[in-house]
Amino acid sequence: MTTLSEATIEADPTLPIIRITRDFAAAPEQLFRAHTDSELFAQWVGPNGMGTRIEYWDARTGGSWRFVSERDGVLYGFHGCFHEVRPDRIVQTFTFDGDPDGVALETLSFEELADGRTRLRTQSLCDSFEGRDAWLASGMDVGVNEGYARLDAMVANGAI
Amino acid sequence: MADQLSRLFAALADPTRRDMVARLAVGDATVGQLAAPYDISKQAVSKHLRVLEDAGLVRRSREAQRRPVHLEANVFDLMTKWIARYQREAEERYRRLDAVLAAMNDTDSQQEGTAS
Repeated sequence: MTTLSEATIEADPTLPIIRITRDFAAAPEQLFRAHTDSELFAQWVGPNGMGTRIEYWDARTGGSWRFVSERDGVLYGFHGCFHEVRPDRIVQTFTFDGDPDGVALETLSFEELADGRTRLRTQSLCDSFEGRDAWLASGMDVGVNEGYARLDAMVANGAI
Repeated sequence: MADQLSRLFAALADPTRRDMVARLAVGDATVGQLAAPYDISKQAVSKHLRVLEDAGLVRRSREAQRRPVHLEANVFDLMTKWIARYQREAEERYRRLDAVLAAMNDTDSQQEGTAS
């Protein structure tokens, strides 16, 4: 099995799904902890240059979560429910405050590999292609994004 | 705006259209040249081309008699850039996770040391 030392990403052409796969030098149990312990989670989830504040966090089946990321005084809130939490798999919903009617279903799995490594697979099933593509385009972390601005410009000047 | 994006992704959701785009990336081609490798009618090829045209991925010149199809590489680049950026952000996030896991490894082995 090849080692995926860089995150690979796949946007499914037939379903509004984004899949990301990445291997880690850690045990599945440690990856599980990094996803369920709010203190650990806050240390890595936010984009570079963003602070993350956990507002509530109940990482068990049926629990819920909410965190807020902040950059330059701008707040980005996210919330959802833990549908299922077990050592090899987490299923949760995910909503960005900026798109309150949108909800994605995220499935994470921790698969033990040889030599002490673990493969993390995340699958985000969005509720529409528009939502998925906007998500892909924005990276979800910036209010203004150059991609849309460029596309706007291209539509405006008749390039599209 | 998401509609425009969706049209781009939807246009590329079809394997025949993806193949056409890949071939147009090498150079312009006529409808006849594009149709040649497929076991489908010229009409079907024209229909695929219309979808690509509506999405802004290809352009057909109006002047030339053979009306070659031209790939709008900048639109294609734009999509590739979005995906690349999303990938980069995921990778940055996971590098931070690497660091958290490495710290966890240290703590865990220390605890094991104390317990034994």
